[in-house]
Amino acid sequence: MSLVVSHLTVHHGAICAVNDVSFTLTQGELTAVIGANGAGKTTLLRTLSGLNKATQGSATWKEQDLLHSKPEHLVRSGISHVSEGKAVIPELTVAENLDLGAIWRRNKKERILTRDEVVSIFPRLGERLAQRADTLSGGERQMLAIGRALMSKPQLLLLDEPSLGLAPLIIEQIFQTIRELTTAMGLTVVLVEQNAMGALKIADTGIVLNLGSVAISGNAASLIVDAQVRAAYLGY
Amino acid sequence: MIQFINTTLIGITAGSIYALMAIALVLVWRSTRVINFAQARMALLSTYFGYEAMVRTNSFWIALLVAMLGGGLFAAIIELVFMRFLLKRSASGPIASVAPIIATLGLYGVIRAVTASIWGGQELQIVAPVSNVGYSIGTETLVFSPLKLLILISVGVLVLLLSLLFQKTNIGLALRASAFSPEIASLSGIKVDLVRTLGWSLAGAVGAMAGMFQTVDGTGTFSPDSIGFTLLFVSGFIAAVIGGLESLVGAVIGGLLLGLVISFVLMYISSSLFFIAPFLVLLLVLFIRPQGIIGVKAARRA
Amino acid sequence: MHKLRSIHHFGLFVVFGFILFLASNRVDELRVYQGASVAVFVIAIASLILLTGYSGQVSVGQGALMALGAYGAAVVRNELHVPILLSFFVAVLVAAVGGALLGAAAARLSGPYLAGTTLALAIGIPPLANQFSILGGEQGLAFDVGNPPARLGEDFTQYKWFFWIAALAALISMWLLSNILRSRYGRNWRAGRSNEVAAQLSGINTGRSKILAFTLSAGIAGLAGALLSMTIGTVSPSAFTYNLSLMLLAGAFVSGVSTLSGVMIGAVVLVGIPEIADVVANRIGSSENISTNLPGFLNYALLILTVLFVPNGPVEQHHARQARKAAMKKIKSLPKPSMEGNT
Repeated sequence: MSLVVSHLTVHHGAICAVNDVSFTLTQGELTAVIGANGAGKTTLLRTLSGLNKATQGSATWKEQDLLHSKPEHLVRSGISHVSEGKAVIPELTVAENLDLGAIWRRNKKERILTRDEVVSIFPRLGERLAQRADTLSGGERQMLAIGRALMSKPQLLLLDEPSLGLAPLIIEQIFQTIRELTTAMGLTVVLVEQNAMGALKIADTGIVLNLGSVAISGNAASLIVDAQVRAAYLGY
Repeated sequence: MIQFINTTLIGITAGSIYALMAIALVLVWRSTRVINFAQARMALLSTYFGYEAMVRTNSFWIALLVAMLGGGLFAAIIELVFMRFLLKRSASGPIASVAPIIATLGLYGVIRAVTASIWGGQELQIVAPVSNVGYSIGTETLVFSPLKLLILISVGVLVLLLSLLFQKTNIGLALRASAFSPEIASLSGIKVDLVRTLGWSLAGAVGAMAGMFQTVDGTGTFSPDSIGFTLLFVSGFIAAVIGGLESLVGAVIGGLLLGLVISFVLMYISSSLFFIAPFLVLLLVLFIRPQGIIGVKAARRA
Repeated sequence: MHKLRSIHHFGLFVVFGFILFLASNRVDELRVYQGASVAVFVIAIASLILLTGYSGQVSVGQGALMALGAYGAAVVRNELHVPILLSFFVAVLVAAVGGALLGAAAARLSGPYLAGTTLALAIGIPPLANQFSILGGEQGLAFDVGNPPARLGEDFTQYKWFFWIAALAALISMWLLSNILRSRYGRNWRAGRSNEVAAQLSGINTGRSKILAFTLSAGIAGLAGALLSMTIGTVSPSAFTYNLSLMLLAGAFVSGVSTLSGVMIGAVVLVGIPEIADVVANRIGSSENISTNLPGFLNYALLILTVLFVPNGPVEQHHARQARKAAMKKIKSLPKPSMEGNT
């Protein structure tokens, strides 16, 4: 059990966004967190990465407390969060965005090595290293965001709606890439998605959030065929 | 012809000092999204530090260094103790955008009162390292002097160093990233709080240089109510606005432009427009191109 | 219902006015003079409450608008020898016109841009007076409201006369202002301040609304300027430095910039701090440097403390606390909602 979340509750002022959520992940597991808008998925991720404060409960990664640290510290513990929608800095170049991911790492040689690795995963980025990030297409930006997250050599990857606003073909590619990376690098991944089908197809397990609480969870394949899930989120 | 050259050179020299203040304001703006209305007052305080060093060592350069270090340190303390607290408390509500303005205005008043209490209201002198007597071309004497040349060179060197810092170093990348997107910076492992303090610190040091140069280039004396420092803020602000508030290059261009415009207006139109000219330039810019000369029409709000 | 309110208010003002009148007969000259200053500051701060508190436009240039009014009144009185009342009207008018122009220029500005622009104005406008001889240059113009009318008796001093004029002006303008703030215009300003886009979508012409706020605020400030000059006896650039603008802003925020109810607090603070500072300085037997600057220090330190801890002003803070207490009481008395499933 590497990621242990126990009775996590998070409030936005008076509103309860995440209500008594508990789940565990083993190392190397990819779990898809799906649910309607406002179900608390983003808040959940943001709490795990230190951006939001929890009201109650606990969350640990390899026994390390996640709830009482600032994001910049958690990154150094191997946790990378790709936030929703705006995960690259448009005014910086592609190279600079990537370097950001590794900026806290001391060893310069290692940084360069990692950058080469990331570029080999996303060759399109390699072609555009000197360009400003705002000249990239949506799909390329998403790749850049994920690439930047990879630069810090994470063990736990938190992805918030990577498919948002992208064309279907690109979405396929992105999901494929996420699956391959997870397996190849032994990452533990929490994938929050509105694209429930796409996410469940590449995931090992799934969690369905509704109004902040866990409605159903379990093996991804079984969730795909579950009648309730199908009706509510998969549209068939 | 000579008058034209004189006017241009005066304008550029004054403009380079405005540029320094503008850079300070832009640094603070980029790191904390706040216009520090007390920036010139902090520069004044730094100039007092410089004065004390001058009195003891008789060296302008040591005084300048002391002023810059002291200014940087003081600015860091203000950010740590004051601004962080303020920004946390006023994060929401109708007062949110207004609070930093009022707080820095209050800071302005407090710093003024404190400096006047410690050093009194009299004019103190800082001696320039080189002469301010104009160069001669044949029989004509330019207003441009070794001192003004020195100022121009110093400002140029500083701007160059800052650019290198921002574009080529990791710290510079961290500063820029934190300015553009504090959240992404934080998620990239950057200690955003520390970076903010650094931004203020740099601004304090740059402002100190502006204060020292402003003093020696003018009458050589200064006091808590020196008209020079009052105008320094306004000029720096206008220069920063002209340059678009987001870039150092813009600040420099804004400063030089403002210096030139004011110089020409005073020389060729009327010298009595001294106080109102900056205001008119500001209005003009805000009407014609509110995002500044360099600025991009961004959705980024104040 | 609405009519009843304004009458009710009016009654309050009349009563208050009466109290002031009685009080003025019993206190010494210094207090009476200070009372006049307080009245002047009340008007000036109220103008800022309108502009910054209600319409959300931070202006660091109110002093310049006061100067406009003062010069307008003085010029008209000296050149055309009009009665005082008319000169005050002119003050309001001149300042209002200036405010309208400034408002039109500033309508597109917000936040620090607006503050910086008005600061530039505060620094730039008063020295203009030195350029035109009709404005008296550095020494300024004399502004004499004349002696108190004979029928008030021989004991009626000049200062008392100042106080009566200023206090009456303050009462009337506060009454008018409080009604304006309660009206549709006040609501429009508030709406524009909290969310400009939403306000526009509700049909409010925020641009015009802002300009109106500036114009009105300037007119009121102009009146304050004329009254200030009345108490000093002259109009000169040195009375309207940017320091004055900053002090007014400080007074407005200490009062609680979003509501008129606290306006007296700020005015009293501004007038009272120099006194308090004097006493404190004497007590600790400090040097001249410190004692000259202590009022400024206290003023701005108070401003900072206010912004940090009581950002909405003492009155509003108090109201908010009461409201919260009442709300908590209500919530506690409600039955607990049952824990249901989703949908």
